[in-house]
Amino acid sequence: MSIKLERINYIYGQGTEMVVHALKDIHIEIKDGEFVGLIGHTGSGKSTLVQHLNGLIKPTEGHIYFDGQDIYAEGYDMKKHRSNVGLVFQYPEHQLFEVDVLSDVCFGPKNLGLKKDEAEAQAKEALALVGMGEQYYKRSPFDLSGGQKRRVAIAGVLAMKPKMLILDEPTAGLDPQGRKEILELISGLRERAGITIVLVSHSMEDVAEYVDRVIVMNKGAVAYDGAPKEVFSHLEELEEMGLAAPEVSYIVHKLREKGLEVETDAITMEEAAKDILAALEARRKGNL
Amino acid sequence: MIRDITIGQYYQTDSVIHRLDPRVKLAGTIIYIVTLFLVGNIWGYLLATLGLAAVIKLSKVPLGYILRGMKAIGFLLGITVVFNMFLTPGTPIFSFWIFTLTWEGIRTALFMGWRLILLIISASLMTLTTTPNQLTDGMEKALKPLNKLGVPVHEIAMMMSISLRFIPILLEETDKIMKAQIARGADFESGNIIEKAKAMVPLLVPLFISAFRRANDLAMAMESRCYRGGEGRTKMKPLIYKKADKLAYLYLLGFAVITVFVGRL
Repeated sequence: MSIKLERINYIYGQGTEMVVHALKDIHIEIKDGEFVGLIGHTGSGKSTLVQHLNGLIKPTEGHIYFDGQDIYAEGYDMKKHRSNVGLVFQYPEHQLFEVDVLSDVCFGPKNLGLKKDEAEAQAKEALALVGMGEQYYKRSPFDLSGGQKRRVAIAGVLAMKPKMLILDEPTAGLDPQGRKEILELISGLRERAGITIVLVSHSMEDVAEYVDRVIVMNKGAVAYDGAPKEVFSHLEELEEMGLAAPEVSYIVHKLREKGLEVETDAITMEEAAKDILAALEARRKGNL
Repeated sequence: MIRDITIGQYYQTDSVIHRLDPRVKLAGTIIYIVTLFLVGNIWGYLLATLGLAAVIKLSKVPLGYILRGMKAIGFLLGITVVFNMFLTPGTPIFSFWIFTLTWEGIRTALFMGWRLILLIISASLMTLTTTPNQLTDGMEKALKPLNKLGVPVHEIAMMMSISLRFIPILLEETDKIMKAQIARGADFESGNIIEKAKAMVPLLVPLFISAFRRANDLAMAMESRCYRGGEGRTKMKPLIYKKADKLAYLYLLGFAVITVFVGRL
């Protein structure tokens, strides 16, 4: 299972005054089991890009291959593709509409043509994955808290048993506790359900801690693509794009400027703490 | 998908027409439409078309952009023309079942179609060159005297500008929810009419909820800024007639008088 984008260009507003070249020559391949963070400033084209991945937008130019098959070829089963590549939009709780949680989560599998009991089985499985127990099945989705609504909405996509899950800003509008819970849940999904994950975000902290590959978008093009440590070492370039590296990166860089011999590739709090302690220890020994 | 509708939209640019006082444009549109209904011969129509063409030229809005919006009413226009052609009594050309094509019918249909096109272009030219806010400001000021009769003019204008402001937001929201449900396998296109209506539920319920949520947020924001309606409220940019506006009124009246005179010869 892999998805491959070849020379994707997307231009909208053709024939009007406001022509926007939203995506420029995008070449990306996402392999099975990867956890990819897609970051970029507002308007960098990241949301447009993920909508291409599950066929909601047709590129002006270029091809998208899923498992080697062109998804825009004639006769390609787009419905099946959309269940393979699940897309969770920003504020997904805004799409809830059913009378109770279970029927809402059943919406996806039912659309795939599953029978009621099969759909319910998949829905229950998905709800279990997001940590929503049986006591919620018959509750109205509108009575839940913000974080719970979001979990139900994510379950609504998971119930279609996607092989790849794309989440557009899944932590937007949540408090720190809720953010952490959702991120833990997402990274758990890869381990427990073996799903490839693409996390769209502009929060470096979110991305740095969990993903194993970062793709940075800038003005519709891919600016960086690599391991988090490598990408976040381009502190200044990222700043120019209106992005920031994780805060600890700044701290270790500042410390080094001030003369402490500390490693500068830490991207999480724990790593930074360890590096700084090691550096302090080394200095103390040197002084003795 | 729904972005192609240009009727009622604002076209951002800087032109003489854009800078006119909204009251001039409102009055102008009304006067123009009345003129169109008073005109009865081809010379009048030609003059009216020329006048509108001149205003379009001055407004710097591309003609293609205006005409694109006309596509939406093409169907309505077609029906009107066909019905007029076949159902007007007069000298028959040929008959078919209950329909008779007459010379008078063709004449009426052509004039009617022409009039409708001019009418819609003139009305959409007003919205293309005036922001919704200016438009409601203009209405509020023009209808101010009704306040004395107990008509809440400011409140009506405020409601109008809020609803106009919400149209693009709701369109965008519809687009977003539609995509989200399509990503969950929803199908809005195939099926018979009952299936299609049913397929709208996952779209309409979230849309209504979001409309209420937005209305609620807006009410809260207005209240927290102590908004309390029109009484004693002043404006940051009060509408005052400038020289260009007075000249525009003059041109407008001259144009209307001449066109009606020629059109009724």
